Amino acid sequence: MHEMSIAQSLVAIIKEEMEKHGLTRLHAVRVCHGRLAALVPDALAFAFEACTLGTPMQGVRLELAEIPIVLRCSQCAQEFSPEQGDLFMPCPACGEGLGHEVLQGKELYLDNIEAE
Amino acid sequence: MEVPVVRNILEANDRISAQLRKLFAERKVLVLNLISSPGSGKTSTLERTLTDLAPEFKMAVIEGDLRTDNDARRVAATGAQAVQINTDGACHLDSSMVQVALESIDIDGLDILFVENVGNLVCPAEFEVGEDYKVSLLSVTEGDDKPEKYPLLFAESAVMLLNKTDLLPYVDFDMARAERFARALNKDIAVFPVSCKTREGMGAWYDWLRARVREKKAA
Ligand SMILES: [Zn+2]
Repeated sequence: MHEMSIAQSLVAIIKEEMEKHGLTRLHAVRVCHGRLAALVPDALAFAFEACTLGTPMQGVRLELAEIPIVLRCSQCAQEFSPEQGDLFMPCPACGEGLGHEVLQGKELYLDNIEAE
Repeated sequence: MEVPVVRNILEANDRISAQLRKLFAERKVLVLNLISSPGSGKTSTLERTLTDLAPEFKMAVIEGDLRTDNDARRVAATGAQAVQINTDGACHLDSSMVQVALESIDIDGLDILFVENVGNLVCPAEFEVGEDYKVSLLSVTEGDDKPEKYPLLFAESAVMLLNKTDLLPYVDFDMARAERFARALNKDIAVFPVSCKTREGMGAWYDWLRARVREKKAA
């Protein structure tokens, strides 16, 4: 359950961004998370709700977008996305199974906020 | 209106982690973030390591995963400095906790600092604590599919210790399978099958540690 820490950090960043842009009313928040980051969307939604309860952020819409994993084959450099549930599939081009580089899928960032 | 932000949510943790890393680089202390599930024998492995390497290195431990006072006594008995972090029920250590714990550690002349993370294979992988390397520890009683279930940890670890190999005859654990999964996203991960009970295989792990200490001192 590291979602509570993530929610707390998220709230702090949102506050900074609101101040920076002189915004006072927050409507929605969009978070992108790579599949390797192992974020549990329901747990983050719950934690975010708990962190914002009784604050001006209460009830804000939290959108979560999962970023798929993209690997680069260690042998032939082919880029590919493993199927859901089969993270360790060999390279579809050459069959190599080991040492693929993770190009995408570890991300965890606040993408944008909708506010006025 | 929509305001683009694109900020890493864990940036505050990463910032402190970077400060710690800088401090450890200046002081030439090798820092290892030990991550495992509960019951994998992390404390015993650490205790064995601290005891066996005591003549060679000055070591300290930041403990985030003590289940009993007994664990603390066992670590302290090896002569290593040990500081316990009160994680307040958190599922992982973060860099600010380690920063606070460091105030109670004399890092002068320290060779190795072990950060024993909270027993959990998911959350600690996300939070850097200024370490040079992550070391994941798995016991053969847990199932050889762990590296497949927790890919981020094994992708980011420099070492996978496969512990309790003395129990291999009694469990259904395929070492090659565990290793293959760990290497899928991390070809160079060093895999050391060890038994901290019989000490089998511990020598290879110690050699790895010696080499990393040498590198750190030379850097
Ligand atoms: Zn290939």
